[in-house]
Amino acid sequence: MALRTGSFPENYFQDTAVIGSRLNWTLLTGFLILIAVCPFFLSNQMLTILTTMGISVVSVHGLNILTGYCGQISIGHSGFMAVGGYASAILCAKFGWPFWAALPCAALAAGIAGLVFGLPSLKIKGFYLIMATIAAQFIIIWMIIQLRSLTGGTDGLAVPKPMIAGISFGSKVNYFYLVMAVSVLATFTARNIVRTRAGRAFIAIRDNDLAAEVMGVSLWSYKLQAFFIGCLYAGAAGALVVHYFSFASIDQFPFMDSVWYLGMLIVGGMGSTTGAIMGVVALRLLDELVTVAGPVLSAAVAPQAAASLALISHGLVIIVFLIFEPRGLHHRWERIKSYFRLWPFSHEAAE
Amino acid sequence: MTFFLQLVVTGLAQGMVYALIAIGFVIILKCSGVFNIAQGHFVLMGGYLGYTFLVPLGLPIWAALLLAIATAAVMGLAIERLMLRPLVGQPVLAVVMMTIALSTVLGGLATLIWGAEYKTYHGLLPTLNLTVGAVSIPSESLIGLIVSLVCVALLMLLFRYTRIGLAMRATAEDLQVVQSVGVKVTTVYAVSWIIASVVGVIGGILLGGVSGVNMDLANIGLKAFAVVLLGGVDSIGGSILAGVILGMLENVAAGYLDPLLPGGGLAQVFPFFIMIVVLIFRPYGLFGLARIERV
Repeated sequence: MALRTGSFPENYFQDTAVIGSRLNWTLLTGFLILIAVCPFFLSNQMLTILTTMGISVVSVHGLNILTGYCGQISIGHSGFMAVGGYASAILCAKFGWPFWAALPCAALAAGIAGLVFGLPSLKIKGFYLIMATIAAQFIIIWMIIQLRSLTGGTDGLAVPKPMIAGISFGSKVNYFYLVMAVSVLATFTARNIVRTRAGRAFIAIRDNDLAAEVMGVSLWSYKLQAFFIGCLYAGAAGALVVHYFSFASIDQFPFMDSVWYLGMLIVGGMGSTTGAIMGVVALRLLDELVTVAGPVLSAAVAPQAAASLALISHGLVIIVFLIFEPRGLHHRWERIKSYFRLWPFSHEAAE
Repeated sequence: MTFFLQLVVTGLAQGMVYALIAIGFVIILKCSGVFNIAQGHFVLMGGYLGYTFLVPLGLPIWAALLLAIATAAVMGLAIERLMLRPLVGQPVLAVVMMTIALSTVLGGLATLIWGAEYKTYHGLLPTLNLTVGAVSIPSESLIGLIVSLVCVALLMLLFRYTRIGLAMRATAEDLQVVQSVGVKVTTVYAVSWIIASVVGVIGGILLGGVSGVNMDLANIGLKAFAVVLLGGVDSIGGSILAGVILGMLENVAAGYLDPLLPGGGLAQVFPFFIMIVVLIFRPYGLFGLARIERV
């Protein structure tokens, strides 16, 4: 990684800082202030889009740690979200827990489910692990349907609006702040987890698991840690989804969402926290475009055109990125930045 | 006892169709190392193609079958050329995501062309009734069994006696050696996709005749994965046996356990339980090659 021009760290603290320069600090603060004030001038519909984006960001950070950094491919992420969502719903609705206590427990429940279904990863990898996680998704949803007395089965479960310290998060604006707070926290922790000893172990396992093991990285411990951490995020995101709708239903956690989260990771760029956010924003915007264009197309072509447009556009985006930009938007963004860093002597930027 | 035998026989015939679909998966995997998640959507296309040629166009069964096979071959070739060729040598995740994306695109196209309604061509396939003792074998299952057996036999002959079959077996054995003796590996890849697509479409026509066609037919692909994992991903014989085993187990388990469970639907999840058990205890399946990693 090339150092930025004019960046001269004088001590170790400055050298390891996540946000290295004054410009970055300014941009970040500006961005956070923008988020804080945007409910004042955005419509309700825009707030809904931003809230779903925020929830997806939390979830995709988890998948990024598991798949992007540790290389353990999971196509059951939506299933783990369901575990978190239902755990939180049951704790709040049936046992009357407050939201602030249910959220961490939901994350923990999903993490434990992740540990259970991560066990096969100790023996298998690649395609086999993909199949195991797909199986996890379907088995989790099936168990939720079976545990009717607890989860309400296919009827779903009504959940009270979250309250923290007397403030109700029932309104769209308040819930938006809650989601943004959680997703900023998630981004911060995700960014830092990958800089710890565990994060370096994850990357070593992803790049070459045999070499990592020979160097003394315990595959058993770190693969399970990756599953645990990744599913913690999924559980928190699932809880946020359930409380957002004040209702828990298995339809909120379909199998295609698991695929779609992985698609966000591919579009954004694997193994990069910024990339995860970029992917979420890009694909959620595409979703909105499809929602807008769908009815128009349905009226013009055929009634089923809206549904098929969603499927085809989702598939095509992933296909196009895999063929033409396999390292994702984040990589392209870095290329653009490095082009302009040396501009107009850009030919030197070719590494 | 009759109930049990009935379940076993139905499961056996169904299992043969699963095996047929699973073979398509195994052929692509052996020849090009690609895990084709979209195999179930080939089946879906098969069901819809069968419907299109039989009902709106009203063709006789043999013409419908031939046309469906021809369409499937073109589809397989196009998919290999446009989507999988650029990804040769890419990591597993890229290839798997490509086939998943392919499956959503195929699903989208099917929705666009045929709509979401339930299509059926029940009764248009030839009928064949057989009753052994107290057990009657449903006509569709029997036809499915026979067609699957014929397809498997034809594939065996192809692999055993033709040049391209030899090239495919050799490619599965060792890619580099095959390239160095001048076999065009790209042709082998293309042929393997064509075969997989054709086999999936035939399976789709058979299953569509039994249960009708809508988007759920694609889920059969997920059952085919359980078959493949149980049989061992690189063994054709294994997937036949595993298909039959899974078809029977699924029917028997659903027949006896579904009344006991409130939500029902065990037949849908059953393959996944098998999958997890196989993956934990015997990842290379019944007949697959145990992979030993050396540094």
